[in-house]
Amino acid sequence: MTEAMVRISQVRKSFGSHEVLRGISLDVPERGVVCVVGPSGSGKSTLLRCVNRLETITAGRIWVDGELIGYRELDGRGSRRRGLCLLKPAELCKQRESIGMVFQRFHLFPHRTALENVMEGPVTVQRVNRVDAERLARRLLDRVGLADRADYYPAQLSGGQQQRVAIARSLAMSPKLMLFDEPTSALDPELVQEVLTVMRDLAADGMTMMVVTHEMGFAREVADHLVFIDGGVIVEQGPPREVLGNPRHERTRAFLGQVV
Amino acid sequence: MVTKTPDAETIRAVRPPRPGRWVAAGAAVLALVWLAYTIIVNENLHWDVIGGYLTDDRILGGLWVTIQLTVLSMAIGLALGVLTAVFQLSDSPVLRGAAALYTWFFRGTPLLVQLIFWFNIGLVFPEISFGIPFDGPKLIEFQANELITPFTAALLGLAINEGAYMAEIVRAGIRAVDPGQREAAEALGMSHTQVLRRVVLPQAMRVIIPPTGNQFISMLKTTSMVSVIAGAELLTVAQRIYLENFEVIALLIVASIWYLVLTTIASVGQHFIERRFNRGYDGLTRRVRKNLNPFGFRSTA
Repeated sequence: MTEAMVRISQVRKSFGSHEVLRGISLDVPERGVVCVVGPSGSGKSTLLRCVNRLETITAGRIWVDGELIGYRELDGRGSRRRGLCLLKPAELCKQRESIGMVFQRFHLFPHRTALENVMEGPVTVQRVNRVDAERLARRLLDRVGLADRADYYPAQLSGGQQQRVAIARSLAMSPKLMLFDEPTSALDPELVQEVLTVMRDLAADGMTMMVVTHEMGFAREVADHLVFIDGGVIVEQGPPREVLGNPRHERTRAFLGQVV
Repeated sequence: MVTKTPDAETIRAVRPPRPGRWVAAGAAVLALVWLAYTIIVNENLHWDVIGGYLTDDRILGGLWVTIQLTVLSMAIGLALGVLTAVFQLSDSPVLRGAAALYTWFFRGTPLLVQLIFWFNIGLVFPEISFGIPFDGPKLIEFQANELITPFTAALLGLAINEGAYMAEIVRAGIRAVDPGQREAAEALGMSHTQVLRRVVLPQAMRVIIPPTGNQFISMLKTTSMVSVIAGAELLTVAQRIYLENFEVIALLIVASIWYLVLTTIASVGQHFIERRFNRGYDGLTRRVRKNLNPFGFRSTA
């Protein structure tokens, strides 16, 4: 299982009596870009949130870089029982450190400048000294094209700029995997491209990415693999050109007919 | 065909006349002047006595005790409030229960009773000791009557009571922070404490400060309740003086003037603290802010 950066196996997730994910299995290879599409309420965001354990799964397993997310497997040796043991909070934090997440509504820290937002992870979590953290943060802001906005507060930035700062904030932790939860859905149409451009560069640099999106153009162009989810199950998957160009399943056709 | 239209003239409109406003202002000024006149010429008010006692050593001593009591009990109360609010929102049923019991008891009984209770705690527990519970060996032992002076009793009563109210204010502040903020911080790998300290509390402060300023101003005057246990704060001192010289009204005015001065200073302070915590919400960059801010508050982020 070491070749896959993310291995999702038989994952189920219920909120109360409502089952949102009903047995999802999916591999994301290292340096791979997987786009997840589907109608709203299909469970695609929930799936993404399970990967860095913002949601706990009810069944199945998720591994990132060979590490089981959220649990430790007890081997039954010694006095211990067999089965799963919840990770301690500190261990969970450690797992999340290497998984970047970008949210639909950015969630930048409003009381900190763009620069301070990007520095926050390295300084607080990784205990990097402020000088090095600032150098890193400035380099990342430059990478997303916002070097001149370092001292601005989020409220003074456009949505597209905020989202690019949010990407830089995640990158500052040097993640081995980036999760994007509808990163352009809250943006005005003319601001979508600036964010997609940053993501395209990231993919070209070999970042492993899982992207929940409605941007079919981006999926077609950048993704190695496209997954269509509906009703908590994977309905159809494959190379984006095939799935988008020649959908085999009726539900995929209906969905694509509405969004494209 | 395109014709170039001349630039439109900038609008400089005059306001419509408001005669009613002028009449009202005139009437208000007249009423104020008349009120001031009757107060100033009133011989029963003994302005010379008021002026004399305003800077009397005993009054200034009482003023200092009032300031100490207010600042210390608000500081301890705020700390207790944050702790209790965090307990209330924790996963642990033990901590939630402890917090609920605390706020239930101290909000549910009169402050006056609590003050008198702390002052007389020696009647219930003549000796206060720290050591092994249930008659085990004792490490330190105090006589309650030596430990509990009017000042410590006042401080205990005010701070613990305040903590129960502050807990609700802090809890409301924490809950007002967008849950997405917590998620974003957790996704970076922050621990619970880091999320609270670096992300949630600083944002909650915006919501917490205005009611806390209110509590502070209220506390400045609530300290006067300490007069029932002979705390030597402003009102008690004023009472002691008027019991000697019977200048009741004059000394109450002296105390009131000082209370007004303190609350005014507190309001101004609140304004600046609010501005500091509004960073990022009012559309000024730090650099611009530094140039505007004569008091030199700096970001410590």
